[in-house]
Amino acid sequence: MNSYNATIRIIYTLWLRQLKRYWRSPARIVGSLGQPLLFLIALGYGLGAVFQQAGQGNFISFLAPGIMSMAILFTSIFSGIEIIWDKQFGFLKETLVAPVSRWTIMFGRTLGGATVALIQGIIVFLLALAIGFRPINPWMIVPALFFMLLIALLFTALGTAIASRLNDMQGFQLIMNFVVMPIFFLSGAIFPLDKVPVALADVVKLNPLSYGIDAVRGLLIGNPVFPLTVDATVLIAVAAFLMALGAWLFSGIQA
Amino acid sequence: MNSLRYMSTQPIISVKNLVKSFGSVTAVKNISFEIEPGEIFALLGPNGAGKSTTIKILTTVLEPTAGEIRLNGFNPVERPEAVRRSFGIVFQDPTLDNDLTAYENMEYHAVLYAVPKSVYVSRIKELMELVELWDRRTSFVRDFSGGMKRRLEIARGLLHHPKVFFLDEPTVGLDPQTRNHIWNYIHELNTREHTTIFFTTHYMDEAERQASRVAIVDHGSIVATGTAMELKNQTRTASLEDAFLALTGTSIRSEDASATDAMRAHARAWRR
Repeated sequence: MNSYNATIRIIYTLWLRQLKRYWRSPARIVGSLGQPLLFLIALGYGLGAVFQQAGQGNFISFLAPGIMSMAILFTSIFSGIEIIWDKQFGFLKETLVAPVSRWTIMFGRTLGGATVALIQGIIVFLLALAIGFRPINPWMIVPALFFMLLIALLFTALGTAIASRLNDMQGFQLIMNFVVMPIFFLSGAIFPLDKVPVALADVVKLNPLSYGIDAVRGLLIGNPVFPLTVDATVLIAVAAFLMALGAWLFSGIQA
Repeated sequence: MNSLRYMSTQPIISVKNLVKSFGSVTAVKNISFEIEPGEIFALLGPNGAGKSTTIKILTTVLEPTAGEIRLNGFNPVERPEAVRRSFGIVFQDPTLDNDLTAYENMEYHAVLYAVPKSVYVSRIKELMELVELWDRRTSFVRDFSGGMKRRLEIARGLLHHPKVFFLDEPTVGLDPQTRNHIWNYIHELNTREHTTIFFTTHYMDEAERQASRVAIVDHGSIVATGTAMELKNQTRTASLEDAFLALTGTSIRSEDASATDAMRAHARAWRR
């Protein structure tokens, strides 16, 4: 019982640390909102007319859930990758010599990183509301938040798993170009899945983010491609797998 | 606790035939030593001799290639968490979170070591007063000087009352006042709590003055152990520095800069 309480407090402390670091760097918060906002405005207004002419409805509404998910994707991967900074600046050693299981550390960190990413997603949601996004049913934001959290957990765990195997930021560009960008562009975040070539649709179906975006979009503006239960199952299964993988790789870190 | 402390006559640290290889490079060739509870033990050696590697293995952050190790009776490979509870450490490079305040860094440590809140609130105050940082408890660590960071790390390492306290080059870059202050405190701790002190340093006068026993390691092996006096007698030299040079030669050792060093240099350049 006692050690159970201690573990909860450790997880809470690790979670709180991630949040404190987030609140304390407003520059980072604003900076990381620039890209989603640019996508939302440039693509939303730029392609809106074409989208409408093709009979697909309001592009801003279609795009908003995708860009919210994009903000979550980017923030979570980078929260995970922050471990590299902890490695570089020594703080990870302090954590690694503490009498705490690697699993607990992994769990607390992932939860913290995912919370930060979820907040970023919510901010983008509010920005989208400000430029004209209207969910069909405001109450659906509640289950949508659940799916946003799943996306956040999944990609924070992926970021941690990747970062466990890297020792410096040299690999950063590689991750950006070969992991983050493909996940974003091949997810249905910015285009509807029903009229794409079969080969592309197949690739998109292998991407866990597609299911997250599909669920969030389905809940907020309707017309999901997959049933919600499929979305939830895929996200939970992949998130659980990546958490386990991340914890396993993390436990292999030697200083 | 008091009665227990003198009961055990077994060494608090014992290392037998320790080997550590990184690929084809053998950083630690064959090291054996024992440290009694309450000793102040200095591990000395030129750059790249294997000091930090030995400390990393003892403190569970690196796994040995071969050898038998016990710390407080536990094997670091088999019982890492029991070993981790037994020691405190000040690493060679800072391991504080710059984006947290001094107090938050202490609190983080207390929670991770499962020190109850009723205990840690007063203990953090006591330790931070001791290293004269209590007034700066709400300042961010990033605004601290090197000496302040070192003092905070020492306070933090003692928060959970460890049996063994490792200090890897604890006084690099500190002025004589701060150095003196830190050593006074370490001696007090050693006397009062019977804490075993294990430190490395490049300052031979420091080792001579502070350590009850020293070991000199070179090229991954121990070349001499004993009190400073014994080593001076053995080499027929007048100071530990001369004894050290007599034992390890005068050629300069090179140590490759790690990616970490490169990154730190980069980060420093950015901050300016």
